[in-house]
Amino acid sequence: MSRELWEGNEAFAEAAVRAGVQAYFGYPITPQTEVLEYMSWRMPELGRVFLQAESELGAINMIYGAACAGVRAMSSTSSPGTSLMMEGLSYIAGTEVPMMLIDVVRGGPGLGNIAPSQGDYNQIVHGGGHGDYHPIVLAPASIQEAVDLIYQFFDIIEKYRAIGIVMVDGSLGQMREPAEMPTMREVRTEIPDFAVSGAKGREPRILTSIYLDPVEEEKTNLRLMQRWQEIQKNEVRYKEYFMDDARFAIVGYGSAGRVALSAVRAARAEGIPVGLIRPISVSPFPVQVLQSAAQQLDSMLVVEMNSGHMLEDVLLAIQGKIPVEFYGRMGGMMPFPDEIFDEIKRLVKGPISLEGHPRDRWLARIQTVVNG
Amino acid sequence: MTTMDLTKLDLVYQRPKALVDIYTHYCPGCTHGVAHRLVAEVIDEMGLRERSIGVASVGCAVFAYNYFDFDFVQSPHGRAPAMATGIKRVRPECIVFTYQGDGDMISIGTGEIVHAAARGENITVIFINNANYGMTGGQMAPTTLPGMKTTSSPKGRDVEAAGYPIRASEMLATLDGAGYIARCSLHNPKNIRIAKKAIRMAFETQLRGLGFSMVELLSTCPTNWHLTPFEATRWLEEKMIPYYPLGDYKIHPALVENKV
Repeated sequence: MSRELWEGNEAFAEAAVRAGVQAYFGYPITPQTEVLEYMSWRMPELGRVFLQAESELGAINMIYGAACAGVRAMSSTSSPGTSLMMEGLSYIAGTEVPMMLIDVVRGGPGLGNIAPSQGDYNQIVHGGGHGDYHPIVLAPASIQEAVDLIYQFFDIIEKYRAIGIVMVDGSLGQMREPAEMPTMREVRTEIPDFAVSGAKGREPRILTSIYLDPVEEEKTNLRLMQRWQEIQKNEVRYKEYFMDDARFAIVGYGSAGRVALSAVRAARAEGIPVGLIRPISVSPFPVQVLQSAAQQLDSMLVVEMNSGHMLEDVLLAIQGKIPVEFYGRMGGMMPFPDEIFDEIKRLVKGPISLEGHPRDRWLARIQTVVNG
Repeated sequence: MTTMDLTKLDLVYQRPKALVDIYTHYCPGCTHGVAHRLVAEVIDEMGLRERSIGVASVGCAVFAYNYFDFDFVQSPHGRAPAMATGIKRVRPECIVFTYQGDGDMISIGTGEIVHAAARGENITVIFINNANYGMTGGQMAPTTLPGMKTTSSPKGRDVEAAGYPIRASEMLATLDGAGYIARCSLHNPKNIRIAKKAIRMAFETQLRGLGFSMVELLSTCPTNWHLTPFEATRWLEEKMIPYYPLGDYKIHPALVENKV
């Protein structure tokens, strides 16, 4: 296959098609709508299921049904739609059926705007839906990376009967860049042994998320948590850049990580020993990677397109061993590389104050950037 | 179960194969058991047990899956038609039906039921209308009659404040996607027989791919109505049927010959 120019959202859709997605249910919302539009002709063309739902509530529950029936099912949406899907995601987690969701995150809260943001991190990574569950969340930084992750995601979530969420910001959904599509996979025809398909020649199967007896619910919670421990052990993904001799490191995912890489390259050109750790799986979070990196670092800078959601996970991992600073843009604003470069220079110049929370120190600095 | 020596010729009534041989959790005098049995009888008679998938909802029938002897899923409150849509679209060879109460279907799940009907979704809905939220203890439902006392309308449903009941069958019958819609009642044997015919028609509709089908079953809730089971059947007949007239509200032209 050759590299072609792809729009992000369309590339995500085609990658899922090639991974063998059998059913897509969605609802229009910017900046994700092209996934829906692409699927509306691509899925029927291949004899697969496409349906535009009446709402995100409808879409996620159609997915729920299709996942219970044992097919590879997915949806895509953007932040306000994700909020509506949280109910269904919790039920799907409780029922232990695998499904994939692409969340093309936009500025918020509320209706917010349609510009790129990472403001859904807490909602996606740390729950959102009710009850004890953890989805697997991947945060690619390029269209090619998103394509490659989506292509293998069904295999991963089916292994653990887990929810898989691809969390990208609006810019990745809307931008165009070259990407190489993987080969088309055969659609799976066998029905998994948990799925409902008609009780022909076997005992009936019941798929539910209700365990009225707390003793049984706790056993279910334990099973889910043990599975999550397996996921934490096996499914951590990240990428390191210039970390061999780094004394300073930026931690950033998705587009923020990608912009940070430009800043790191610029800093390296000036001889500054700075590297980048880019978590690809933000859930499970690469805790050990950060901990072992901290042993060689003087300090760390977390960059996000929100008010510091992943920052808390980094702080928890680092446990005060080295100073951690934060730089973020919010509300659909993206940082420029030179903003991050300035932060790197500040880090290198030192000394870094450890007083208070890094978010408070950042809020003091960001005032003039935001208000001019 | 019985010590009587029954030969096959004597046997005129037995548990349907599609129904599991256990006690239900339903209150004495509640008509959920009757509705379950009718669905099971129809599935048996049509030979659909091995390709049926039920969708239980939230409410008293949340555990319906324990009583039917075929595949079942359990949906979030009100979302059963969407879940059934997902199943039916990927397993069109299966017979998919939801079993929903009035609070579930026509309050929190209004969007899902209207659009499933509008799409002509080839699923069947068994809709239990007992004019209140049974599971949570008898609160006002969208189907609660004007003036009817419930635990959340203690002085009787005040239509000035709480608005009017929704007649779901009439409303959904206006949609072109609906293939078969009927309202029946479970308050006496004659009406139970009519209800069974309607349920059969609904499954026929799905089997023949004629679109969305729904049977609304007026049902009793003696516990929350604070009536004896017998009084409850009388109350249903005298109070509910005038507000919710019985009959076929939509029949696909291809089904007219089978009219209930």
